[in-house]
Amino acid sequence: MLDLQGYGPRLLEGAGVTVSLAVLSLALAIVLGLVTASAKMSPSRVAHRAATLYTTLIRGVPDLVLMMLLFFGGQIGVNTFTDWLYYTFDVDIFINIDAFVAGVVTIGLIFGAYMGETFRGAFMAVEQGQIEAGKAYGMSPRLVFWRIRFPQMMRHALPGLSNNWMVLLKTTALVSVIGLSDMVRIAAEASKATREPFTFMMVVAVAYLLIASVSEWIFARLQKRYSIGYGEGD
Amino acid sequence: MQALVDRLEALLADNSIFTLQTLAYYGDGLATTVQLVFLSLLLGLLLAVPLAVGRCSGRRWIKWPIFAYTYVFRGTPLLVQLYLIYYGVVFVEGVQQSWLWPLIKDPFVPALVAFTLNTAAYTTEIFRGAIKATSKGEVEAARAYGMSPMLTLRRIVLPSAFRRALPAYGNEVIFMLHASAIASVVTLMDLTGAARFVYARFYAPFDAFLFVAAIYLCLTFAILYFFRFLEKRLLAHLGPAT
Amino acid sequence: MAATPLPLEVRNVTKRFGDTDVLKGLSLEAHKGDVITLIGASGSGKSTFLRCMNLLEQPDAGELIVHGEPIRFKNTAKGREPADWKQVVRMRARLSMVFQGFNLWAHMTVLENIIEAPIHVLGKSKKDAVEHAEALLERVGLSHRANAYPTQISGGQQQRGAIARALAMDPDVMLFDEPTSALDPELVGDVLKVMHDLAREGRTMVVVTHEMGFARDVSSRVMYLHQGLVEEAGAPADVLGNPQSPRLKQFLAPKY
Repeated sequence: MLDLQGYGPRLLEGAGVTVSLAVLSLALAIVLGLVTASAKMSPSRVAHRAATLYTTLIRGVPDLVLMMLLFFGGQIGVNTFTDWLYYTFDVDIFINIDAFVAGVVTIGLIFGAYMGETFRGAFMAVEQGQIEAGKAYGMSPRLVFWRIRFPQMMRHALPGLSNNWMVLLKTTALVSVIGLSDMVRIAAEASKATREPFTFMMVVAVAYLLIASVSEWIFARLQKRYSIGYGEGD
Repeated sequence: MQALVDRLEALLADNSIFTLQTLAYYGDGLATTVQLVFLSLLLGLLLAVPLAVGRCSGRRWIKWPIFAYTYVFRGTPLLVQLYLIYYGVVFVEGVQQSWLWPLIKDPFVPALVAFTLNTAAYTTEIFRGAIKATSKGEVEAARAYGMSPMLTLRRIVLPSAFRRALPAYGNEVIFMLHASAIASVVTLMDLTGAARFVYARFYAPFDAFLFVAAIYLCLTFAILYFFRFLEKRLLAHLGPAT
Repeated sequence: MAATPLPLEVRNVTKRFGDTDVLKGLSLEAHKGDVITLIGASGSGKSTFLRCMNLLEQPDAGELIVHGEPIRFKNTAKGREPADWKQVVRMRARLSMVFQGFNLWAHMTVLENIIEAPIHVLGKSKKDAVEHAEALLERVGLSHRANAYPTQISGGQQQRGAIARALAMDPDVMLFDEPTSALDPELVGDVLKVMHDLAREGRTMVVVTHEMGFARDVSSRVMYLHQGLVEEAGAPADVLGNPQSPRLKQFLAPKY
């Protein structure tokens, strides 16, 4: 029988950290992705260049390096700022960069770049005629976006989104390196303490596979919902 | 050579962090990273080709174990795989007293094993996709000219599949380069390891990590352009006629 | 002066794409109940002209007056644009367009397509919109497919659904952009019949088409366009029955 030697509850807590970290990062990444995609499609050259620079830098540097830069560097940056506040305005505050926040921000930033590409491709895949029909019936640009472009874009974006989510989920493991107690970190601690790495790492591996399967199921349902009206019949 | 070192020393005279010594750390780190990534990619590639062919096989007892392998290695974080292999070896009863210990004490070997198994899983699936996409007509043509299944595979299917797989494989190479940063977690002094060391020593996160980020960026671009060049050479037949 | 303003008036519209002058000064007056057909070879500018009428294409010069209200334009670095997009949106809601490729929204059922703009643009209640939509579906003979998605029905059915969608706006003028060109020959008849009925009940319509029979039997006025200019225009009996220019004669000659 599987013996977790008392680490069971902590592993479960760690799994909670992993999932909430992943979900919050995904939310941030989606927002950043939509902004990046709009910037890349906008006629403004500055916006376009800024978005390209962002995606290029993010995709050229390892996740772990970005995470450490933000976590360790961010703290120093914040400290410099609070010191300056203290010396110039006599305001004494202390802001501690939480490993969880650093994790969400870094992972969100990284995957925002990937989501940007996904959304851009998906927006381009929406047929022009669908948008024209909206305009021709007196819809405002806002209305065209929310009633036509967005729902149709989602159908094209979902496969890429699902793919990005699977990669993102695995990337959350890196936060264990900056000290966050996700399930990987707890399993690593337990492995060292009990000298039974197989037991704990296997449990974590299975947990990841489980989360992945559940999300695969959710994405399949979403895909079905957004594919309404496509490829059925005929 | 000595003149070059002297010039460099003069250049770095005012810099308290990037001394010749720290640059040497980064240099060694770069060598470790390149070796680790190159070796694991090479071994992974060698493993992936037969695995991909097996994955496309009609026989279940060949197909399913390979699928299980790629599913597990693609579905779990590389860090977990690395921990499993690294601690798995370290904590084996009596291994620290055995003659093998000096060989495996170095985290390079477990890291290499973990990375190889990981990239082999991804590469297998990339090749599988490319093999499956081979047009039926080309295979039939080979059969019609009397080629054996093995010969068809070797002369027709694989060469065209490799070319088709090139863009995806280029991404995998970049992915491995970036993933290799986690080797530093098991105390390997790769590029990221060097950066962490410099950070800890001088408490200068921006200098330490921005510098290493720039090196990774250069490596990434080098790989990117190499694969673009390869694609241009090898995929010319898929492009528009000139 | 007429007491009631014209539903649609276009004066001297020009349009360039790159180095080509596509429209070289075209005008059109649609009185209430007019059915104006635009004919001409492909590349004559007839579709572009139609698309300028609801500003899906921006004319470089010329005036556009919808129901007595001139559309205001302003000059920008990128060329002329409408000064007030809200005005354009309001104007478009009074002219509804039927497209060559139907352009029914793929993620909505036929019924949802029809009620979409009345609810969100005209601000109708859902109940009223659905009631109206059901009556319109009845008219175009599509009641049994109300809950189908566009990909599940034939092209002819899609186009009739699109006409119902246009009618749901209670438009002053309906613009038809080659409504039968994308259809298989056996499906053209049903769509033409619906258009015929609309003309008979006094709808104001501007129709770009290749269907000469429709132009002859239904329209009150035919305009033959060639290279961005009106070559001949008038009553169908004159233009189609007694063409003057050699080009129009050739255009109307049997193609076999």
